[in-house]
Amino acid sequence: MRGFTDTLRRELRLALRQGGDSLLVVMFFVLVVVLFPLGAGPEPGILSRIGAGIIWISALLAAMLSMDRLYQSDFEDGSLELLVLSPAPLEIVVLAKAAAHWLTTGLPLIVASPLLGLLLNLEAEGIGVMLVSLTLGTPALSLVGAIAAALVLGARRGGVLISLLILPLFIPILIFGVGAVDAALLELTYRPQLMVLGALLLLAAALSPWAAAAAVRQAVA
Amino acid sequence: MHRFANPTRFVRLAGRVQPWAAALALLCLGAGLYFALFSSPPDYQQGETVRIMYVHVPAAWMAMFCYVVMAAASASSLIWRHRVADLAAKATAPVGAAFTLLALVTGSLWGKPMWGTWWVWDARLTSVLILFFLYLGYIALQNAFDDPARGARAAAILAVVGVINVPIIKFSVDWWNTLHQPASLTRLDGPAIHSSMLTPLLLMALGYTALYVWLAIIRMRAELAETKIRAIRYRQASGTAPAPQES
Repeated sequence: MRGFTDTLRRELRLALRQGGDSLLVVMFFVLVVVLFPLGAGPEPGILSRIGAGIIWISALLAAMLSMDRLYQSDFEDGSLELLVLSPAPLEIVVLAKAAAHWLTTGLPLIVASPLLGLLLNLEAEGIGVMLVSLTLGTPALSLVGAIAAALVLGARRGGVLISLLILPLFIPILIFGVGAVDAALLELTYRPQLMVLGALLLLAAALSPWAAAAAVRQAVA
Repeated sequence: MHRFANPTRFVRLAGRVQPWAAALALLCLGAGLYFALFSSPPDYQQGETVRIMYVHVPAAWMAMFCYVVMAAASASSLIWRHRVADLAAKATAPVGAAFTLLALVTGSLWGKPMWGTWWVWDARLTSVLILFFLYLGYIALQNAFDDPARGARAAAILAVVGVINVPIIKFSVDWWNTLHQPASLTRLDGPAIHSSMLTPLLLMALGYTALYVWLAIIRMRAELAETKIRAIRYRQASGTAPAPQES
């Protein structure tokens, strides 16, 4: 537990001192969402129909782009090796890193999303469910991303590579996240989708620290 | 299994298996294609286009089979540092990706006369497409490192993570499909398949499997030979082995 809180505190402090990073991710998120009406046309009907998908896909891309923040600088300055050698179990350390990643990127995205929902003409009911689905889904993105980000450490063209690894794994989260909002907009029951999202989050929280720790070990070995 | 962790023993066995696998593959594929293209009846609904099935369905089976083999081999290479399992996973990936692509392309060619379109976002098609991307990611990750051992380990972890995800992706795509479009496609599983069609289908499946074994053995032997050559080169460069005589 000490290992978890200590790592979390360290990561958050680093993120705060470097500042700006979280803001950049949110700006990217907003910009991608703004591009969609320009590409798909400004009709409110179309936008409110595909709005949930737009916001979810943009959130996926923003989360993916910020994945290199998980380990890259630690890998370059050697502190990742110290973290591997530390007495705290590496599984706990990567869990804390994923939690910090979510707090610094996932949470700001969730805060920004209702405003974007309004811009895309989403109904209030849909926005509420979207907030819940993003809250359940984005931590799972950070957890799955923690595996892929460790796998590409030191790879050539790691930035492009990570998208190829990560996006197929994000598909279930996308499907159920958008599915919940669509069901709410159609005034159907959206509980099952949210419950599956919750199940995916629990599964990711239980399994991905092991895989991510194995990935970090092979990266610094 | 651990008997064959020794590459020398593996190479000896592989050399013995390879001609048999090759013969079985050529025989089954030849006979299967003959039955499939000439001596099986056309379908009463689909006409001659049903012959695409004999290429398509076994390819889709092999696409999944190869992924499972790859993940199992990756897991054993991670757990036991099994050198030959590592090679097997590496050799399986491109063959599996090729079978997946074959299934996608023939499915698309089959879809045009049957459904009137090259592609529908049907649950099955979509999940095979995602499987194809999983293969590509695996291959790309493997080749992304200067140190091949590092690439093999990273890719092995990815394969194991992927195989846990495949059922989840399959389930979610099925869900998504029923949410977005009700089942409207005519599917093949109406009447039980007649033996005149089943025979070529099974022959093709067996032929594909033998072809996979054949190709995998060739790739694994080539990989082992490459490692050996590289070791000899290193030794020459460091001056501990005599250079081979000029010829």
